[in-house]
Amino acid sequence: MEVLFAIMVGTLYGCALYLLLRRSIVKLTVGLILIGNGANLLLFSAGGLVRGRPPLVLEGTSTVPAPYADPLPQALILTAIVISFGVLVFAVALIYQTYRALATDDLDDLTTTDRLGEVSETAHQPVVPVGTSLSSDQGS
Amino acid sequence: MDLLLTLPILIPLTWSLVLYPVRRRRALSHAIAITGATLLLGATALLLVFLVSGKGIEVVTIGSWPPPYGIVLVADLLSAAMLLVCALVSWAAVVYSTDWIDPGREQAGYYSLVFALLLGVNGAFLTGDLFNLYVWFEVMLMASFVLLVLGVERGQVEGGIKYVSLNLLASTFFLSATGILYGIAGTLNFADLSRVLESVDPHILNVVAALFGIAFGIKAGVFPLFFWLPASYHTPPVPVSALFAGLLTKVGVYALIRVFTLLFVHDPGWTHRILLACAALTMLTGVLGALAQHDVRRILSFHIISQIGYMIFGLALLTPLGLASSVFYLIHHIVVKTNLFFIGGLLERRFGTGLLDRVGGLFRTQAWLGVLFLIPAFSLAGIPPLSGFVAKLLVIRAGLAAHAYLATTIAVVVGLLTLLSMLKIWNEAFWKAPPVPAVVNERPGPYSVQVLLPIFVLASVTVFLGLAGEPILAVAQRAAEQLLDRHGYQAAVFSIVAESVGTGG
Amino acid sequence: MSTLPSLILRTAVRWISPLLLLFSLFLLLRGHHEPGGGFSGGLVAATGFALLTFGFSLETARRVLRVAPTTLVAVGIAVALASGAGAFLLRSPFLTGIWFKLPLTSTMVIELGTPLLFDVGVYLTVIGATLTMLFSFAEE
Repeated sequence: MEVLFAIMVGTLYGCALYLLLRRSIVKLTVGLILIGNGANLLLFSAGGLVRGRPPLVLEGTSTVPAPYADPLPQALILTAIVISFGVLVFAVALIYQTYRALATDDLDDLTTTDRLGEVSETAHQPVVPVGTSLSSDQGS
Repeated sequence: MDLLLTLPILIPLTWSLVLYPVRRRRALSHAIAITGATLLLGATALLLVFLVSGKGIEVVTIGSWPPPYGIVLVADLLSAAMLLVCALVSWAAVVYSTDWIDPGREQAGYYSLVFALLLGVNGAFLTGDLFNLYVWFEVMLMASFVLLVLGVERGQVEGGIKYVSLNLLASTFFLSATGILYGIAGTLNFADLSRVLESVDPHILNVVAALFGIAFGIKAGVFPLFFWLPASYHTPPVPVSALFAGLLTKVGVYALIRVFTLLFVHDPGWTHRILLACAALTMLTGVLGALAQHDVRRILSFHIISQIGYMIFGLALLTPLGLASSVFYLIHHIVVKTNLFFIGGLLERRFGTGLLDRVGGLFRTQAWLGVLFLIPAFSLAGIPPLSGFVAKLLVIRAGLAAHAYLATTIAVVVGLLTLLSMLKIWNEAFWKAPPVPAVVNERPGPYSVQVLLPIFVLASVTVFLGLAGEPILAVAQRAAEQLLDRHGYQAAVFSIVAESVGTGG
Repeated sequence: MSTLPSLILRTAVRWISPLLLLFSLFLLLRGHHEPGGGFSGGLVAATGFALLTFGFSLETARRVLRVAPTTLVAVGIAVALASGAGAFLLRSPFLTGIWFKLPLTSTMVIELGTPLLFDVGVYLTVIGATLTMLFSFAEE
């Protein structure tokens, strides 16, 4: 089972890296999603996999019988999933704004903040009226 | 004590909440924000004084759950010093913002976001748990993402994409490394990890250490992982740039110092030698990149990178003097860099651009600003008697003592190149004749108190650190000794278990 | 939401949404010792509002919610913060649970504590955060 997980994690990382290296912003985002899922899966399997043994203390005893599923990695990935969900929503909103601003999906067109010496005339123009819908706070 | 240690987290959280409903009332939100920043400054100063006069490490078990099961907050001298300096520059940034930030951004919740950012930063400095550190990093990143693109200008969106994607990648590396480390050690508490890892096969640890090095290296802007920084830091409004320049990369450096003194000291010949090479190359590429630039804020962004190199240099040596130099450099750099961005902002406001060939002649009209610029600029380059001189002297002495001659030579040369680059700004902006086509004055007239006060305060801190830096230096040296004393850290955290068992947790 | 949602969806949502909200409260109250809690409860409640958005319209969902979702986030975090800060009054560390026993009858005793209050905070935050994201995307 662990081997299967390891292969799965490796596949996810591989696909993600391939997508991250593409020029399209959408593929970049899909890559970030995949690599996030890969990391979560890695975290899940790193604690060791135990089937069908929940870490519950049985009635009348005070300890959990020896091989039990480690609850901590599951708590950790729950947190990580929530965080990556929040960040992802933000990334999608950002991509949408970028597309509205630049009308392109090609990362090679996004060079104005890197180019030497010159500042694009439009660099400080607002894309949309200030303060609309780009804030996505997440709390827990 | 419990309260004092939790305040650096509680104050930003509370203020972030309180500022949100009043975001449309300008004067009120300004008053509340400045009050909050001042309170935070006071609380962190109190914490540092308390630690210096006491035993030096204080621990709080959140929710009374004992370590290693519960999350602990640990404040040692490094944490407390970082908290205080960050509170100082964020106070300055909040005051500066009250004049600078446009009503549109304020109504979108600007001050709430600044305090949310501080929440993440302070949490990262205080936590004693690896996964909790990840969570604080994400809190900080979420706030910084939104701050970076708030206002949605074209350049901001573009810089935002680079910043977001590379930092997300770093977070993923961090998470993966945490997972593997948990698989190896079965714990995520720093003190417990440090105890368990002493008896783990160093070869596996090298892999994990490399992953952490990459994750925090991206966040800190270490060579060759810094590209997101100069691409995005010059795009948001000046106070946001200044705040980012002062705080964000330093949290990465702090995390590097924490894990590479407490957890991964199993094989310094491998891990810390790589860090040393990265440090030397970071110094060099940063300063060379700065020389090629012609825009004030971009030059300053590249200098952040080269300065990060000095801090990593001290860490890579892993000697008491080296770590003390890192700590002192962090303190000095946060103050100086934020101040330089503030002054660069005034330049941009005066001429409507930060491009050096379109500015000039400022010394004739505003000589005092030129002098004020020279204080942080010379300090950055390491001219005595300013704070940068003490910091660089410490780094170089530590390098020579550890026989790292090549890296030390690079550190000296980079200091000279930094001076060249600072003089370039000074010559172009202040000394040379004004630009031929008269520039449009975006906002003429005298500068307001809110803009000038932070610059004066930070400049005087720079001078103070240089002239009377002895007490701060003593704190840095004690912090370095604490960092190298892993068993002291473990004992401090686990002594809390003995205390709490008595009361029944 | 340009096309008219189907009649089947509308009719189903009319029944399912209130049930989901009720179920979310059940999950919230069950949470401390058994599976459930503020997080999953909040997600279920948010699903109820999401269904309203899809079945009827964004305006309907907003009207039923009555308050702005960002306000819910702020109130939620404030409640969670208050539940943790109460511990300072007893000179305990932040977030330490304080428990009370509420005897209903001679045999039934309900244990109430600040962790429940914390869960309520999480519940509100999760609903608010999820709906902030959903609504801002539904606006486009």
